[in-house]
Amino acid sequence: MKAVVLVRPKEGILDPQGQAVEESLRKLGFPVSAARVGRVVDLQLDVSDPSEAKAQVERMCGELLANPLIESVEIELEPT
Amino acid sequence: MNGTPKPPLVAVVVFPGSNDDGDAAHALQGLGAEARLVWHADTELPPGTGGVVLPGGFSYGDYLRCGAIARLTPVMDAVRALADDGAPVLGICNGFQILCESGLLPGVLRPNRQLQFVCEDTVVRVESTSTRFTAACGLGDELVIPVKHGEGSWYADDETVHELETSNRVVLRYATDVNGSVGAIAGVANGPGNVLGLMPHPEHAVDPLLGPTGGVPILRGLVDAARDRMPMLV
Repeated sequence: MKAVVLVRPKEGILDPQGQAVEESLRKLGFPVSAARVGRVVDLQLDVSDPSEAKAQVERMCGELLANPLIESVEIELEPT
Repeated sequence: MNGTPKPPLVAVVVFPGSNDDGDAAHALQGLGAEARLVWHADTELPPGTGGVVLPGGFSYGDYLRCGAIARLTPVMDAVRALADDGAPVLGICNGFQILCESGLLPGVLRPNRQLQFVCEDTVVRVESTSTRFTAACGLGDELVIPVKHGEGSWYADDETVHELETSNRVVLRYATDVNGSVGAIAGVANGPGNVLGLMPHPEHAVDPLLGPTGGVPILRGLVDAARDRMPMLV
């Protein structure tokens, strides 16, 4: 299966990178009132069972891909 | 043996991307320790190691999050075991980030609020003397120690901060707002007080010829604690 992990700064957590992007977009003339910057992790998993894949990716998020103190994650699974 | 006491052995861990390991070793030697550089891939610390410094730098290029990859290195299992045994472990800057990511210290270091790398002398106030690193300081002592970081804004949730504040684990606090750290916190310790992480660089503040010397008491505390363990190691 393929997994797409979206890691975002948690709601309410200061995101200076997002602020810089927001200010830059405004300088370019775009009417932007907020920007938050996270990251995407694309994974190719050697697992075909969706619930097993989800459980594995959740563990990956807990152990490495995200820091739960400041980041939230969203996991999307796609069959390959 | 000639009767001269052996200097306490302090390991300075070198990760790919560490860049303050040499300064840390130099500062420790100057304070009477034998400093030994230890490669991150080693599974053991040198026999007789009485304390550890995780130095500043940009381990693994700060990939993913600062310290997130370094905490998975083989040497960190040995560092954790030594910390659990009560030995002094000091994480400086990137070392602090690694200790937070590894769960040895609470919280996390985020990008500076002002979006800028900050490189300047700071005044930090000693807020707790119940750690090995600040035992020789007085409460409220002000130490001048430089910082140089882009991601030094320490964060933890309100509950954690309250717990740390009430258990003498907030060890150092900036006298001014340097980077947006919660409560202007510059350094925190673990419960027993043998693990300290801080963003300022004590190893850069030990020689009056080069500037302030606020780093001396902290590093001396580490060296003394490492020395105290030596009889246990025989």
